[in-house]
Amino acid sequence: MAGLLENKVVLVTGGGSGIGRATSLLLAKQGAKVMIADYVPESAERTVKLIKDAGGNANCIAADVSIPKQVEAMVAKTVEVYGRLDGAFNNAGIEGKMADTVEYPEEIFDRIMAINLKGVWLCMRAEIPQMLKTGGGAIVNTASGAGLVGVPMLSAYNASKHGVVGLTKTAALEYAQKNIRVNCVCPGLINTPMVARMIDSGGMNEQDSVAAEPVRRMGRPEEIGEGVVWLLSDAASFVTGHSMSIDGGYVAQ
Amino acid sequence: MAGSLEGKAILVTGGGSGIGRATSLLLAKQGAKVMIADYVPEGAQKTVAMIREAGGTADCLVADVSVTKQVEMMVAKTVETYGRIDGAFNNAGIEGKMAGTIDTSEENFDRTIAINLKGVWLCMKYEIPQMLKQGGGVIVNTASIAGLVGFEGLPAYNASKHGVVGLTKTAALEFAQKNIRVNCVCPGVIQTPMVARLMDGGGMNENDMRAGEPVGRFGQPQEIGEGVVWLLSDASSFVTGHSMVIDGGWIAR
Repeated sequence: MAGLLENKVVLVTGGGSGIGRATSLLLAKQGAKVMIADYVPESAERTVKLIKDAGGNANCIAADVSIPKQVEAMVAKTVEVYGRLDGAFNNAGIEGKMADTVEYPEEIFDRIMAINLKGVWLCMRAEIPQMLKTGGGAIVNTASGAGLVGVPMLSAYNASKHGVVGLTKTAALEYAQKNIRVNCVCPGLINTPMVARMIDSGGMNEQDSVAAEPVRRMGRPEEIGEGVVWLLSDAASFVTGHSMSIDGGYVAQ
Repeated sequence: MAGSLEGKAILVTGGGSGIGRATSLLLAKQGAKVMIADYVPEGAQKTVAMIREAGGTADCLVADVSVTKQVEMMVAKTVETYGRIDGAFNNAGIEGKMAGTIDTSEENFDRTIAINLKGVWLCMKYEIPQMLKQGGGVIVNTASIAGLVGFEGLPAYNASKHGVVGLTKTAALEFAQKNIRVNCVCPGVIQTPMVARLMDGGGMNENDMRAGEPVGRFGQPQEIGEGVVWLLSDASSFVTGHSMVIDGGWIAR
């Protein structure tokens, strides 16, 4: 039986771990041909292997989304391998360091903006012209609950994720009549290597963070993946410019 | 092959037309047993006939969601017919009469609030205890983009829909640890009898509405239904307290 994304070509950035990996697996399960991009090549290769072992179709490429030439090469490679681009999950992102607004190191601030915010813009800048050539497409960007509300000690991350929400709405409006839908997901606290690093660094207390989740648990990366699959599919045909919160009720507080 | 809601008992209010009807058909297609409630009996009966003709399971009853005893009876009848309530789509709503804030009549205000806002609360008041007995459940309320932004000439409708967003978040937080998820959909301008009434001399200008939609068209009721089906399914297991906007980009501006 045909999957929700049967034969669609979907590019996933940051597909080597966490939400990116879980989503890539779900996309492949729904019949998509997935190009996994990550700046940690071994992790992208591992995601490809997981997909192929399950009978799916995937390839990978090393790319740092903050570097324009690498982003262009990433999209070009996807088209070279699969012939087209139907969807993109612009998910690559870093958490940076936890420190308050006054103490925040400038280099880390700049690095977070470069990957989390400018990276998303660079990706859309390369993806959209390709999608226009084939008459349409769907994009999902990874924002965060921190793109909607404030989170102490994560000023740069917050700013970058609020920015992703803004980029999403603007691109959605610009291409609304060109059959390109652009949305973002706003994950809450999800069980990923990124969150594990923040807890291990001592910057985030696991118990307190879980207690702050109305559902009192972390989300699974697949739970974000399900939202991304839906948003990339035709079931979401009238959804554009939307920030979908998948956060166990976090921003409802 | 099992649908995403196979065997689930779902109650739909306002299921006799528009978004309620389209959603009921989609729910039945995904394997749900649907109880259609409406205060226009013929509309509900027609929805049931359409579902049965397509091989699905459905029943109907007459209920005005603004009347406490009728809501109580509606929930009891659903449990009597199907043995349980796994999900509810609290969708019954009226547009009222278009008139500005200072011109709108008190009775129009009261009636719109009674059905659109108090009705949603009454429905949840009786659905949730039943769901608690069963160990969980899922609710989707129909809000609107008018629950997030303003619309000239619809003060009571706006107020009621903003209220639905609020009720949704509160109930979501209250029952987050009881395995009950509560979300709402915020439709944009959708091709329904309600919108047709507003445009046929009801005071709403069709060209303005079309121009307001970035995608350049109105939505189809099924496009809202797709979102409701997803929110009622296990795919959205980490989504609660969310206002899912399905509006062709209207509020992204």
